[in-house]
Amino acid sequence: MSANQQMAAKYKNSFLKEVEDQVEMGEWVKMCMQCGVCSGSCPTNFHPGWEHPPQEIFMMIRAGKREEVLTSPSMWMCTSCYNCIVRCPRKLPITHIMHGLANYAHRLGVAPKGQPTRAFSKLFWNNAIATGRVNELKLSIGLYFKDAEGKINIGQGIKQGLAMQKVALGLLKAKRLNPFEIFGGHKCKDQKGIHAMLKKARELEEKRKAIKA
Amino acid sequence: MAKKQYAFYPGCSSQKGASASNYLTSVESMCKTLDIQLTEIPDWNCCGASIGYGEAGELPRHVMNARNFALAETNLPGQDIVATCAACWLGAKESKERIEHSSLLLADTQEALKEAGLQIKVMPEIRHMAEVLVEDFGFEELGKHVKNPLKGLKFAGYVGCQTNRPFGIAGENFENPMYLDKIIETMGGEAVPYDQKVTCCGGALAFSEPEKAQAQIKDIVESAYDNGAEMIVTPCPLCQANVEIYQGHINNKYNTKFNIPVLYYSQLMTIAYGGSAKDAGLNGQVIRAPKLEAIAK
Amino acid sequence: MAEEKKFAAYICKGCGLGERLDADKLAGIAQKEGKMQVVKQHDFLCNADGVAMIKNDIANEGVTHIMIGACSRRAKTEAFYFPNNAVTRANLREGVIWIRPDTEEARETTQDMAEDYIRMGCAEVKAMTAPGGNVNTGSNRTLLVVGGGVTGMTAALEASKTGYPVVLVEKTGALGGWAAKLWKRIPVHEPFKAPADTGVSDLVAQVEADPSIKVYLNSTIAKTDGAPGRFVVEIATESGGINTEDIGSIIQATGFELYDANKLPHLGYGKSPNVVDQAGLEALAKAANGGPILRPSDGKPVTSVAFVQCAGQRDPSGEHLPYCSGYCCNASIKQAMYFKDGNPAIDTTVIYTDLRTPGNGEDFYRSAQEKGVIFTKGKVGSVAANGNNCTVNFHDLILDDQNAQIEADLVVLATGQVPNSGVNIDMTAEEKADDDAAEAAATEASAASGQPMQFSKKVSVLNLSYRQGTDVPQFKWGFTDSHFICFPYETRRTGIYTAGPVRRPMDMVQAREDATGAALKAIQALENAQLGRAAHPRSGDLSFPKVRLEGCTQCKRCTVECPFGAIDEDERRFPLFNESRCRRCGTCMGACPVRVISFENYSVDTVGSQIKAVDIPDEFSEKPRILILACENDAYPALDMAAMKRNEYSAFVRVIPVRCLGSVNTIWITDALNAGYDGVMLMGCKHGEEYQCHFVKGSELGRYRLSKVGDTLKNMNLETERVKDLEVAITDIDNLPRIINEYAQQIVDMGMSPFKGF
Repeated sequence: MSANQQMAAKYKNSFLKEVEDQVEMGEWVKMCMQCGVCSGSCPTNFHPGWEHPPQEIFMMIRAGKREEVLTSPSMWMCTSCYNCIVRCPRKLPITHIMHGLANYAHRLGVAPKGQPTRAFSKLFWNNAIATGRVNELKLSIGLYFKDAEGKINIGQGIKQGLAMQKVALGLLKAKRLNPFEIFGGHKCKDQKGIHAMLKKARELEEKRKAIKA
Repeated sequence: MAKKQYAFYPGCSSQKGASASNYLTSVESMCKTLDIQLTEIPDWNCCGASIGYGEAGELPRHVMNARNFALAETNLPGQDIVATCAACWLGAKESKERIEHSSLLLADTQEALKEAGLQIKVMPEIRHMAEVLVEDFGFEELGKHVKNPLKGLKFAGYVGCQTNRPFGIAGENFENPMYLDKIIETMGGEAVPYDQKVTCCGGALAFSEPEKAQAQIKDIVESAYDNGAEMIVTPCPLCQANVEIYQGHINNKYNTKFNIPVLYYSQLMTIAYGGSAKDAGLNGQVIRAPKLEAIAK
Repeated sequence: MAEEKKFAAYICKGCGLGERLDADKLAGIAQKEGKMQVVKQHDFLCNADGVAMIKNDIANEGVTHIMIGACSRRAKTEAFYFPNNAVTRANLREGVIWIRPDTEEARETTQDMAEDYIRMGCAEVKAMTAPGGNVNTGSNRTLLVVGGGVTGMTAALEASKTGYPVVLVEKTGALGGWAAKLWKRIPVHEPFKAPADTGVSDLVAQVEADPSIKVYLNSTIAKTDGAPGRFVVEIATESGGINTEDIGSIIQATGFELYDANKLPHLGYGKSPNVVDQAGLEALAKAANGGPILRPSDGKPVTSVAFVQCAGQRDPSGEHLPYCSGYCCNASIKQAMYFKDGNPAIDTTVIYTDLRTPGNGEDFYRSAQEKGVIFTKGKVGSVAANGNNCTVNFHDLILDDQNAQIEADLVVLATGQVPNSGVNIDMTAEEKADDDAAEAAATEASAASGQPMQFSKKVSVLNLSYRQGTDVPQFKWGFTDSHFICFPYETRRTGIYTAGPVRRPMDMVQAREDATGAALKAIQALENAQLGRAAHPRSGDLSFPKVRLEGCTQCKRCTVECPFGAIDEDERRFPLFNESRCRRCGTCMGACPVRVISFENYSVDTVGSQIKAVDIPDEFSEKPRILILACENDAYPALDMAAMKRNEYSAFVRVIPVRCLGSVNTIWITDALNAGYDGVMLMGCKHGEEYQCHFVKGSELGRYRLSKVGDTLKNMNLETERVKDLEVAITDIDNLPRIINEYAQQIVDMGMSPFKGF
């Protein structure tokens, strides 16, 4: 049974309860009063809009539409601008709920495949924790030479790389992109400690979520 | 004024040869004038940025920031942490708030930190450089050091998101924060009013959803132009990069002729304080700022 | 004392009047044309010295009638208070110098205006007498409260605490009303998070322990006769006998019934015992007494419940209630908590289209969300009963899902309030036929189901012996009529106040506020009645209508039109005025075709003589004259306020305040046109469904009457635009001067009236 099937079975038909237990800030979903200010404040909810804007996602969770929510690309459209948070009259941490839902769908392996923000998030985090600091050159290479699943894709990479060539050249000229970062670049000294610490953090988080389930 | 000391958290983008290295250059010059001593937190690590959420989960994000808190507090006791990057500040502040709010989260964080041989004893304050300027100095004090006022130059103060929401600078309005305009004016420049002051530049989606992000950037640049700005000024490295480096792409797509320099407030301040173009890191602009270079000493 | 009249005019020169106007000339006019016996000028008439001068003239010079040429009659009312004299004002400040430019060119027309107002003031005061007061008063201090629910009990207790004895009549065998049927109530104290005790037993105990409250149970009102201060009320008691009580004023707190859920078969009511209305759920909760609430069909504990908001309410089709009852969202939230507080595992869903939880209800709503009550925005189409289960079919309005469904053990319909207001005395014959049919059907249904019938619209509550009908007039949807903004408790029957859901839909907190307000108004009413003074809006007025019966043609217009049912008929079919019921609007005076009704200080003559006193310049003067008859409640204050803002308007107008548009007698308009006025503007309050008229029906009746003026104009060969009817609100401070100026220009363009100089 996949992680997704396990959770679905555990929570039977209460997707709201599942979200409350398993999703960061999920306990806030029930407090939405359906005013729609979040949807109207979201910079990416236009031309075209999200498949399901936040207001709708909250309603879908309450209506038990598990599959539609978790497989939706909507939450991945969040730019972390926090406009929805500061405007929500009920003070729901909407940005964090969107992040939490995306993360949960990703964890369960049901988030849309090839979703570019999902891929970038994974790339970024792994890049950052590898040495403790972001290696921007490797990040760009990873971004433009790998497909959304993380596999090296030279064809796509060259196409996107070419599009980005001018940008990269400009940054190189301004000494804001360092080609030597490919040989290592900036990093933390105590990488071992960081890795151990993160391993522990993941263990603890999983334990907490399992207790709730 | 006595020397002010802070535990400095430069963040990944402000390192040498990284995308905001010019920010760091100008911050260092600005701090020299203001007699601010920034001591880098030893072996600091990435804050996880906002975009890390998809892969990271919650606790791993917090322990990354907590590691920096512990390092700062151990090595630079009593000093506030000061970040120059908006995302670093926000990420760290968010983790601090959550950990302080939940004893469970604090316990878990301490347990994870133990693996790296660290522990949080006292939670340090997390400040953005803009907060330090506004709160610890104030506009009047900042104005006293101006030797080369930016007379006649028109700037669009682009505050963007993360120094503004959800925390913001104390006393500011989310919809129309004024601190950046006031810094511009204190330096002798003119802050033009325009309606995209707090519009999001697309953030990390500039990488993953370039079409959407560039549409937003276009709105910002267009509004700055329409309201007579000659340059855009920002407090955030990602805002700076996004708004500056995609102007060429936007020109191709929308048939515009954008070519507006995008600077950091610290660059303006360095020039106004009598620094050189090099002191201000103006050579680090992808779109050069000739009008600012021209008045630099 | 012999009625020796002595007329005096006082002309003030303060507030810039002396600089802007030729006061000597004004004094001359008062003396020569106005025939005032005493004429005095003063630099500052409203100061102690000025007032002393007038008082001295009254005391030592025998002055009886006073014309003050100064500020508006709405200003300085305390300084110029001479209760035993006939007093009027010429409005030289707000009416003249403040609305005219201070320029050399304007000086002549401004002076013309002031001179006319002096002429008008003198003419008016000569036609007036000081009100002598009503001799036909009563002094009973007992309040009658009809209805023993929360509203009635609160009103009774408040009145008793203020020192007034109360008679409380309740038709059932117990006090408490609807509230006594509730398990818990919506919270009224911090933190507004959970249902609270109803507090009804405490209220009942207080009423029962109060020696100044006399309670009649199982009793109804058989007859109400009389007027404020001297009502005689017959109470039909449990034993079948009649008790008579002398009453000063009355509070009707007869409450509501729930909208009949039998009319909602599509929502499953009557088809499954598991579909109940809110009262049904309260009964189930009471039966459970804190334990699990049981499903009626099989007695098993409820595991899922759905609340259907707006059931039979806010219905645009006209079939069910068109309005929102306002309290049901909070009531459903409370009832959802009955389940969640006992067992959080019970699925509890509230299906709403707009959740309305005003005030602290927002905290209550939030608390329900915290407790896990699910709120779904949707419109319920039908409820299907299948065995012990119900399926609620609804249109999910957020997800736009037409076929959304919820399964529930129990469905609760929020059906809303229908007022228990007695007989609709204004019903047309057609409406009455419909109503009779509906009533017959309901009787039949109740006989078939064995359930008691809902209240009847055919049964009177008060059984008033008034000519206009047995109950207080209703407004929309059966709720009793009152001036919603200014005098919410004041019905159209003076001395009778309605409070609680009979007046408009409301919850218990609002009902208790209502009860307190109505109690105080009722006390005011009986005190006023004793002194012969008017109630709102002419509070304190001692004048009352006098009729010259020898001229009366028994046309009955006054008895039919009086908005307050003050006029009955005597055995000879002449109008019989009940002065204490009168609100002094003058609608009877405006209605009377033979002009035999008048007030001592307001009559066909007091206004008519002002109209005639104005100096009408000849056809070639380029000085048209426009008469404005302005309602003293809204239009006249709006004009005064326009003046305070120095909004300028035409010097061609002459303004006369009237008590109400309803008091305007068409003879005034005919007289004005015959005298050569070039235009007449009538300024009254809004009428109709959203009326603003302070006398409720006055402006509507006045307008109806004035709609006939068109024929007069035609007969006189005058343009219909020469008479203009305007709806004016007190807020039209900036509009009004513009409208006046536009009309003045229109008159100039139209040309002068041919009737001048005859």
